[in-house]
Amino acid sequence: MLITRRVEFSASHVCLNPQLSEEQNRAFYGPDANPHGHGHNYVVEVTLAGRPDPVTGMVFDLKRLKEILNAEVVEPMDHRFLNQEVPPFDRVIPTTENLAREIWRRVEAHFAVGPARLHAVRVYETEDLYVDYFGEAG
Amino acid sequence: MIRLTRRFRFSASHRLHTDRLSENQNRELYGKCNNPHGHGHDYTLEVSLRGPVDPVSGRVADVAALDKLVREQVLAAFDHKNLNREIPALVPTAENLALEIRSRLQRGWAADFPGGWPKLDRIRIAETRRNAFEITNEE
Repeated sequence: MLITRRVEFSASHVCLNPQLSEEQNRAFYGPDANPHGHGHNYVVEVTLAGRPDPVTGMVFDLKRLKEILNAEVVEPMDHRFLNQEVPPFDRVIPTTENLAREIWRRVEAHFAVGPARLHAVRVYETEDLYVDYFGEAG
Repeated sequence: MIRLTRRFRFSASHRLHTDRLSENQNRELYGKCNNPHGHGHDYTLEVSLRGPVDPVSGRVADVAALDKLVREQVLAAFDHKNLNREIPALVPTAENLALEIRSRLQRGWAADFPGGWPKLDRIRIAETRRNAFEITNEE
Protein backbone atom coordinates (compact mmCIF):
# COMPACT_ATOMS: atom_id res chain seq x y z
CA MET A 1 0.00 0.00 0.00
CA LEU A 2 1.21 3.50 -0.81
CA ILE A 3 0.61 6.52 1.41
CA THR A 4 1.45 10.08 0.46
CA ARG A 5 1.93 13.24 2.45
CA ARG A 6 2.10 16.67 0.82
CA VAL A 7 4.00 19.71 2.10
CA GLU A 8 4.64 23.08 0.52
CA PHE A 9 7.41 25.61 0.72
CA SER A 10 8.24 28.82 -1.10
CA ALA A 11 11.80 29.55 -2.12
CA SER A 12 13.90 31.33 -4.68
CA HIS A 13 16.55 29.81 -6.89
CA VAL A 14 18.79 30.36 -9.91
CA CYS A 15 19.53 27.63 -12.46
CA LEU A 16 22.91 28.49 -13.83
CA ASN A 17 26.06 26.47 -14.36
CA PRO A 18 29.19 28.57 -13.71
CA GLN A 19 31.14 26.29 -16.10
CA LEU A 20 28.95 27.45 -19.00
CA SER A 21 28.98 30.84 -20.69
CA GLU A 22 26.25 33.38 -20.01
CA GLU A 23 24.84 32.71 -23.47
CA GLN A 24 24.82 28.94 -22.99
CA ASN A 25 23.12 29.34 -19.62
CA ARG A 26 20.46 31.58 -21.08
CA ALA A 27 19.93 29.21 -24.01
CA PHE A 28 19.51 26.20 -21.76
CA TYR A 29 17.75 27.52 -18.66
CA GLY A 30 15.94 30.54 -20.17
CA PRO A 31 14.58 32.94 -17.54
CA ASP A 32 15.60 30.45 -14.80
CA ALA A 33 19.20 31.63 -15.33
CA ASN A 34 18.49 35.19 -14.17
CA PRO A 35 21.35 35.58 -11.63
CA HIS A 36 19.19 37.61 -9.25
CA GLY A 37 16.95 34.58 -8.73
CA HIS A 38 13.20 34.06 -8.86
CA GLY A 39 10.80 32.00 -6.78
CA HIS A 40 8.27 29.19 -6.77
CA ASN A 41 5.67 27.73 -4.46
CA TYR A 42 7.07 24.23 -4.40
CA VAL A 43 4.81 21.30 -3.58
CA VAL A 44 6.46 18.12 -2.35
CA GLU A 45 4.70 14.76 -2.15
CA VAL A 46 6.49 11.98 -0.33
CA THR A 47 5.11 8.48 -0.84
CA LEU A 48 5.83 5.54 1.44
CA ALA A 49 5.18 1.87 0.70
CA GLY A 50 4.29 -0.74 3.29
CA ARG A 51 1.59 -2.87 4.91
CA PRO A 52 -0.84 -1.59 7.51
CA ASP A 53 0.34 -2.57 10.99
CA PRO A 54 -2.06 -5.20 12.44
CA VAL A 55 -2.39 -3.28 15.72
CA THR A 56 -2.51 0.37 14.62
CA GLY A 57 -3.97 -0.14 11.14
CA MET A 58 -1.42 2.33 9.81
CA VAL A 59 1.38 1.94 7.25
CA PHE A 60 3.24 4.78 8.94
CA ASP A 61 2.23 7.43 11.44
CA LEU A 62 1.31 10.42 9.24
CA LYS A 63 1.92 12.86 12.13
CA ARG A 64 5.46 11.52 12.35
CA LEU A 65 5.85 11.81 8.56
CA LYS A 66 4.71 15.43 8.77
CA GLU A 67 7.30 16.11 11.50
CA ILE A 68 10.05 14.53 9.38
CA LEU A 69 9.10 16.55 6.30
CA ASN A 70 8.86 19.76 8.30
CA ALA A 71 12.27 19.19 9.91
CA GLU A 72 14.14 18.00 6.80
CA VAL A 73 12.44 20.02 4.05
CA VAL A 74 10.12 22.85 5.09
CA GLU A 75 12.12 24.37 7.95
CA PRO A 76 15.44 24.52 6.07
CA MET A 77 13.99 25.50 2.67
CA ASP A 78 10.89 27.65 3.23
CA HIS A 79 11.40 31.34 2.40
CA ARG A 80 15.06 30.78 1.53
CA PHE A 81 17.26 31.51 -1.46
CA LEU A 82 18.23 27.90 -2.18
CA ASN A 83 21.54 28.67 -3.94
CA GLN A 84 22.81 30.82 -1.08
CA GLU A 85 21.23 29.37 2.04
CA VAL A 86 20.55 25.66 1.57
CA PRO A 87 23.52 23.35 0.97
CA PRO A 88 24.30 21.54 -1.30
CA PHE A 89 22.67 24.07 -3.66
CA ASP A 90 25.68 26.36 -3.32
CA ARG A 91 27.39 23.85 -5.66
CA VAL A 92 24.53 21.68 -7.00
CA ILE A 93 22.18 23.45 -9.43
CA PRO A 94 18.72 23.58 -7.78
CA THR A 95 16.75 22.21 -10.70
CA THR A 96 13.52 20.40 -9.84
CA GLU A 97 15.33 17.12 -10.56
CA ASN A 98 18.12 17.90 -8.10
CA LEU A 99 15.63 19.12 -5.49
CA ALA A 100 13.79 15.80 -5.67
CA ARG A 101 17.06 13.89 -5.26
CA GLU A 102 18.15 16.09 -2.34
CA ILE A 103 14.80 15.69 -0.56
CA TRP A 104 15.08 11.91 -1.05
CA ARG A 105 18.59 12.01 0.42
CA ARG A 106 17.44 14.06 3.41
CA VAL A 107 14.49 11.85 4.36
CA GLU A 108 15.51 8.33 3.34
CA ALA A 109 17.38 7.53 6.58
CA HIS A 110 14.10 7.85 8.52
CA PHE A 111 12.68 4.88 6.63
CA ALA A 112 15.79 2.70 6.52
CA VAL A 113 14.56 0.22 9.14
CA GLY A 114 10.85 0.20 8.33
CA PRO A 115 8.05 -0.34 8.94
CA ALA A 116 7.46 1.62 5.71
CA ARG A 117 9.99 2.27 2.99
CA LEU A 118 10.47 5.39 0.92
CA HIS A 119 8.81 4.85 -2.47
CA ALA A 120 8.80 8.19 -4.30
CA VAL A 121 9.47 11.89 -3.98
CA ARG A 122 7.47 14.16 -6.26
CA VAL A 123 8.32 17.84 -6.54
CA TYR A 124 6.05 20.31 -8.33
CA GLU A 125 7.90 23.43 -9.39
CA THR A 126 4.63 24.71 -10.82
CA GLU A 127 1.26 23.09 -11.42
CA ASP A 128 2.45 22.27 -14.94
CA LEU A 129 5.91 20.87 -14.22
CA TYR A 130 6.84 18.14 -11.79
CA VAL A 131 9.37 15.35 -11.37
CA ASP A 132 9.19 11.94 -9.70
CA TYR A 133 12.24 10.32 -8.16
CA PHE A 134 12.20 6.69 -7.06
CA GLY A 135 15.76 6.49 -5.71
CA GLU A 136 18.91 5.26 -7.41
CA ALA A 137 17.37 1.86 -8.06
CA GLY A 138 14.12 3.22 -9.53
CA MET B 1 16.61 7.77 -13.24
CA ILE B 2 14.08 10.53 -12.85
CA ARG B 3 10.69 11.16 -14.42
CA LEU B 4 9.71 14.65 -15.48
CA THR B 5 6.12 15.52 -16.29
CA ARG B 6 4.84 18.54 -18.12
CA ARG B 7 1.17 19.49 -18.21
CA PHE B 8 -0.51 21.00 -21.28
CA ARG B 9 -4.06 22.06 -22.06
CA PHE B 10 -6.14 22.07 -25.20
CA SER B 11 -9.78 22.70 -25.94
CA ALA B 12 -11.55 20.72 -28.62
CA SER B 13 -14.93 19.41 -29.66
CA HIS B 14 -15.85 15.85 -30.47
CA ARG B 15 -18.68 13.41 -30.95
CA LEU B 16 -18.37 9.77 -30.03
CA HIS B 17 -19.84 7.85 -32.92
CA THR B 18 -18.71 4.87 -34.95
CA ASP B 19 -19.94 3.91 -38.40
CA ARG B 20 -19.60 0.26 -37.42
CA LEU B 21 -22.71 0.49 -35.25
CA SER B 22 -26.29 1.57 -35.99
CA GLU B 23 -27.68 4.97 -34.94
CA ASN B 24 -29.53 3.31 -32.06
CA GLN B 25 -26.50 1.32 -30.92
CA ASN B 26 -24.37 4.47 -31.00
CA ARG B 27 -26.93 6.35 -28.90
CA GLU B 28 -27.09 3.54 -26.42
CA LEU B 29 -23.34 3.04 -26.17
CA TYR B 30 -22.11 6.61 -26.06
CA GLY B 31 -25.17 8.34 -24.50
CA LYS B 32 -24.82 12.12 -24.31
CA CYS B 33 -21.43 11.92 -26.01
CA ASN B 34 -23.25 10.79 -29.18
CA ASN B 35 -25.13 14.12 -29.58
CA PRO B 36 -24.95 14.68 -33.37
CA HIS B 37 -23.97 18.33 -32.90
CA GLY B 38 -20.93 17.39 -30.84
CA HIS B 39 -19.69 18.91 -27.59
CA GLY B 40 -16.33 20.02 -26.20
CA HIS B 41 -13.83 19.68 -23.37
CA ASP B 42 -10.88 21.53 -21.90
CA TYR B 43 -8.49 18.61 -22.05
CA THR B 44 -5.50 18.30 -19.75
CA LEU B 45 -2.55 16.42 -21.19
CA GLU B 46 0.42 15.23 -19.17
CA VAL B 47 3.53 14.04 -20.98
CA SER B 48 6.19 12.30 -18.89
CA LEU B 49 9.72 11.48 -19.87
CA ARG B 50 12.41 9.67 -17.97
CA GLY B 51 16.16 9.49 -18.00
CA PRO B 52 19.32 10.13 -16.03
CA VAL B 53 20.03 13.61 -14.68
CA ASP B 54 22.69 15.29 -16.79
CA PRO B 55 25.61 16.14 -14.47
CA VAL B 56 26.36 19.42 -16.23
CA SER B 57 22.87 20.88 -16.46
CA GLY B 58 21.23 19.14 -13.51
CA ARG B 59 18.27 18.42 -15.77
CA VAL B 60 16.76 15.27 -17.23
CA ALA B 61 15.63 17.07 -20.38
CA ASP B 62 15.42 20.41 -22.06
CA VAL B 63 11.86 21.34 -21.11
CA ALA B 64 11.71 23.91 -23.91
CA ALA B 65 12.40 21.13 -26.45
CA LEU B 66 9.56 19.03 -25.00
CA ASP B 67 7.23 22.03 -25.10
CA LYS B 68 8.11 22.64 -28.74
CA LEU B 69 7.57 18.99 -29.72
CA VAL B 70 4.17 18.82 -28.00
CA ARG B 71 3.15 22.20 -29.40
CA GLU B 72 4.05 21.22 -32.95
CA GLN B 73 2.96 17.58 -32.98
CA VAL B 74 -0.11 17.72 -30.76
CA LEU B 75 -1.43 21.12 -29.71
CA ALA B 76 -1.28 22.63 -33.21
CA ALA B 77 -3.45 19.77 -34.48
CA PHE B 78 -5.81 19.42 -31.49
CA ASP B 79 -6.34 22.81 -29.86
CA HIS B 80 -9.57 24.56 -30.86
CA LYS B 81 -10.36 21.86 -33.41
CA ASN B 82 -13.23 19.56 -34.15
CA LEU B 83 -11.49 16.25 -33.54
CA ASN B 84 -13.91 14.19 -35.66
CA ARG B 85 -13.35 16.36 -38.72
CA GLU B 86 -9.71 17.28 -38.27
CA ILE B 87 -8.05 14.17 -36.84
CA PRO B 88 -8.74 11.55 -39.48
CA ALA B 89 -9.91 7.94 -38.94
CA LEU B 90 -10.38 8.02 -35.20
CA VAL B 91 -13.33 7.73 -32.83
CA PRO B 92 -12.13 10.54 -30.58
CA THR B 93 -12.42 8.81 -27.24
CA ALA B 94 -9.76 9.87 -24.74
CA GLU B 95 -8.26 6.38 -25.06
CA ASN B 96 -7.77 6.84 -28.80
CA LEU B 97 -6.48 10.38 -28.30
CA ALA B 98 -3.84 9.07 -25.86
CA LEU B 99 -2.70 6.46 -28.41
CA GLU B 100 -2.68 9.01 -31.22
CA ILE B 101 -0.70 11.51 -29.11
CA ARG B 102 1.82 8.83 -28.18
CA SER B 103 2.43 7.88 -31.80
CA ARG B 104 2.76 11.53 -32.84
CA LEU B 105 5.35 12.14 -30.10
CA GLN B 106 7.22 8.93 -30.89
CA ARG B 107 7.54 10.05 -34.52
CA GLY B 108 9.36 13.27 -33.62
CA TRP B 109 11.17 11.97 -30.52
CA ALA B 110 14.52 10.79 -31.93
CA ALA B 111 15.07 14.02 -33.87
CA ASP B 112 14.30 16.25 -30.88
CA PHE B 113 16.05 14.10 -28.28
CA PRO B 114 19.06 12.55 -30.01
CA GLY B 115 21.35 10.30 -28.00
CA GLY B 116 18.77 7.88 -26.59
CA TRP B 117 17.80 9.91 -23.49
CA PRO B 118 15.36 10.98 -22.25
CA LYS B 119 12.72 8.43 -23.23
CA LEU B 120 9.00 9.03 -23.59
CA ASP B 121 7.48 7.38 -20.52
CA ARG B 122 3.80 8.15 -20.10
CA ILE B 123 0.80 9.97 -21.52
CA ARG B 124 -2.10 10.97 -19.29
CA ILE B 125 -5.14 12.72 -20.65
CA ALA B 126 -8.17 14.03 -18.77
CA GLU B 127 -11.36 15.22 -20.46
CA THR B 128 -12.72 16.70 -17.26
CA ARG B 129 -11.68 16.79 -13.62
CA ARG B 130 -13.59 13.58 -13.11
CA ASN B 131 -11.80 11.23 -15.50
CA ALA B 132 -8.30 10.41 -16.69
CA PHE B 133 -6.73 7.97 -19.14
CA GLU B 134 -3.12 6.91 -18.87
CA ILE B 135 -0.72 4.84 -20.96
CA THR B 136 2.98 4.14 -20.60
CA ASN B 137 5.30 3.96 -23.55
CA GLU B 138 5.67 0.17 -23.35
CA GLU B 139 1.99 -0.79 -23.46
